[in-house]
Amino acid sequence: MTTLHTVAATGALKLSWLLLAFPLFGAVVLLLGGRRSNRWGHLLGVAMPVAAFVYGLIAFFTLLGTSHRSQDLHLYSWIPVAGFQVNMNLLVDQLSICFVLLITGVGSLIIIYSVGYMSHDPERRRFFGYMNLFLAAMLLLVLGDNYLVLYAGWEGVGLASYLLIGFWQDRNSAAVAAKKAFIANRVGDAGLSVAIMLMFTEFGTVSFTGVFGTVGSAGSGVATALGLLLLLGACGKSAQVPLQSWLLDAMEGPTPVSALIHAATMVTAGVYLLVRSNPILALSPDARLAVALVGTVTLLFGGIIACAKDDIKKSLAGSTMSQIGYMTLGAGLGPAGYVFSIALLLAHGFFKAGLFLGAGSVMHGMNDEVNMRRFGGLARVMPITSVTFGLAYLAIIGIPPFSGFFTKDPIIDADFTEHGTAGNVLGTLALIGAGITAFYMTRMMFMTWYGRRRWEAGAHPHESPPVMTWPMIVLAIGSVGAGAFLIVNDRLQDFLAPVVGVPPESHGFFTAPGLVALAFALAGVALGWAMYGRTPVPSEASRGSLLTVAARKDLYGDAFNESVLMRPGQWLTRLSVYFDNRGVDGLVNTLAAAVGGTSGRVRRLQTGFVRSYALFMFFGAALLVFGLLVVRL
Amino acid sequence: MSPIHYVALSVILFVIGGVGVLVRRNAIVVFMCIELMLNACNLAFVAFARMHGNLDGQVIAFFVMVVAAAEVVVGLAILMAIFRARRSASVDDANLLKY
Repeated sequence: MTTLHTVAATGALKLSWLLLAFPLFGAVVLLLGGRRSNRWGHLLGVAMPVAAFVYGLIAFFTLLGTSHRSQDLHLYSWIPVAGFQVNMNLLVDQLSICFVLLITGVGSLIIIYSVGYMSHDPERRRFFGYMNLFLAAMLLLVLGDNYLVLYAGWEGVGLASYLLIGFWQDRNSAAVAAKKAFIANRVGDAGLSVAIMLMFTEFGTVSFTGVFGTVGSAGSGVATALGLLLLLGACGKSAQVPLQSWLLDAMEGPTPVSALIHAATMVTAGVYLLVRSNPILALSPDARLAVALVGTVTLLFGGIIACAKDDIKKSLAGSTMSQIGYMTLGAGLGPAGYVFSIALLLAHGFFKAGLFLGAGSVMHGMNDEVNMRRFGGLARVMPITSVTFGLAYLAIIGIPPFSGFFTKDPIIDADFTEHGTAGNVLGTLALIGAGITAFYMTRMMFMTWYGRRRWEAGAHPHESPPVMTWPMIVLAIGSVGAGAFLIVNDRLQDFLAPVVGVPPESHGFFTAPGLVALAFALAGVALGWAMYGRTPVPSEASRGSLLTVAARKDLYGDAFNESVLMRPGQWLTRLSVYFDNRGVDGLVNTLAAAVGGTSGRVRRLQTGFVRSYALFMFFGAALLVFGLLVVRL
Repeated sequence: MSPIHYVALSVILFVIGGVGVLVRRNAIVVFMCIELMLNACNLAFVAFARMHGNLDGQVIAFFVMVVAAAEVVVGLAILMAIFRARRSASVDDANLLKY
């Protein structure tokens, strides 16, 4: 088990607030600047993330050059209450700096790409403002040194994703997708917030050091509860089953947003939360098993969906779900998996951003067409995009020596050594997942780049401008080399060891499960070639098998939510309204009507004849006298 | 003659007055009946003062006379006003203030 020991920040790290300040400044200026900043807005929007990345690099090398690699920067006291202290502190350590480099690095590339992609959009400035806000929130999430600051960033990410998914808010589908993403995220957020409350009641603190230091003495029940609640939070942000349904609809946003959500920010937050909370997971094998189970289910779920989608972005979204499933699975394996989970996350940041930007580049050249059945034979006309896409493809399916091989196979390998029998089952499923990954990616390759040209009339595909191709080239280089760089010589493992612990033993790169995974991947490629490379792809989708139909409908994820959660909720509201109208209102109205009716009749006593009043008075007085006599006698 | 006879007389006068108030329609007569009831009360007060041997009842009888005088002044004025407006002194005709 690892615990967190921090020292006060020194030297260049005293400026780590700049990481937040740059994108936040960009967001504030661009969102408040109005139309005046339209002309230069995108330049500022690019400059701020790049500046943050440059500072991130400085911080990284400063950290490498010191032995105190867990540095805490105190900004101010956020909630100073007796017995409960929450500081606005930034924690720069091995884990968070990895994320900082990923977020700012890949984020900057995506934002540079957006300059070209969004060049015709009249709202480009607002787009860059939101993108900066997104990065700032994500950086706050990974830099917070306690769960409450993390939660603030967590919510900021949710807000920014809502704004960006619904960026084209005049489209109804985008508005609905944004709301859906926000609500699905709120479910996960509830889990995280309850976890934070539990930490407060159990430990009296929410800081990482405080919680990790005392969780050991709290018993495994609390650790399991915390682990499961954190898993729920991670499910929401990382689109894991059962909160996965928002991710596919999130494709309504502009393509760079998809790239940013899927590669650098947002969906990685859940994995970060789980890996960061590793001292809690270490105490609860049950929670770890639940994490691994969720990851495995999701990696198959996403893969199957990706196989059936004709929309290139949705297919990639399914792929993201599947890859994040691998990361979650890795996080559920304990110290044997954390490092590889992070390694896959970093490598995935490169190749998935490359794939999405490639898809965006194709859409840019094809009048925003997303149906792969309308693509085909694009490799000739978009050579740069096709090559970068192809390199990312080789990386994601895990062909050595590309990065997927080094980062995904160790997770599958570790699966067979952890969790006993359950681990073997999970490992086998993960192997099948590797085959599925290869199949759907091969399908995508052949449908998009090779074969007959099935373009719509009037489509004139062309290569994208350099401002879009250069980020893709850089990402392709990352997809090729990141995995080998991080894993060979245990670079990332040694770097992260103080935070997440050391894997038990290394089996080398070509272990039995690794070779089987490779074989599965090659089989998937072969199947994909047989179905979509050798035989021509029809322009219209066939009806397909039962599984295909289910996968096209996201494996009935929406239908499930609708019938299990939405309909009963609507029934409940209708029942409440009925009860309110007939029950509560009915009672009140009946009482009022009874009083009104009675008084209407009693009113008739007021006849206007003075003599009848006098009669009443006499009788009243007589009654009074009689009463007095009775009491007296 | 013992004072109890005076009390009996006052009861008789009071009942005559009360019945008069209830059954007569002419406002003047109703008024006179009210005066009759007041004076029946005065008679009872004086009789009781005699029976108990103190002056309280006699004093109250004077107060009642004062109140009765004031009441006649106001009441007759109202009566005049109503008669002028409605050309009638019947209490049953003045029945506009009702449900």
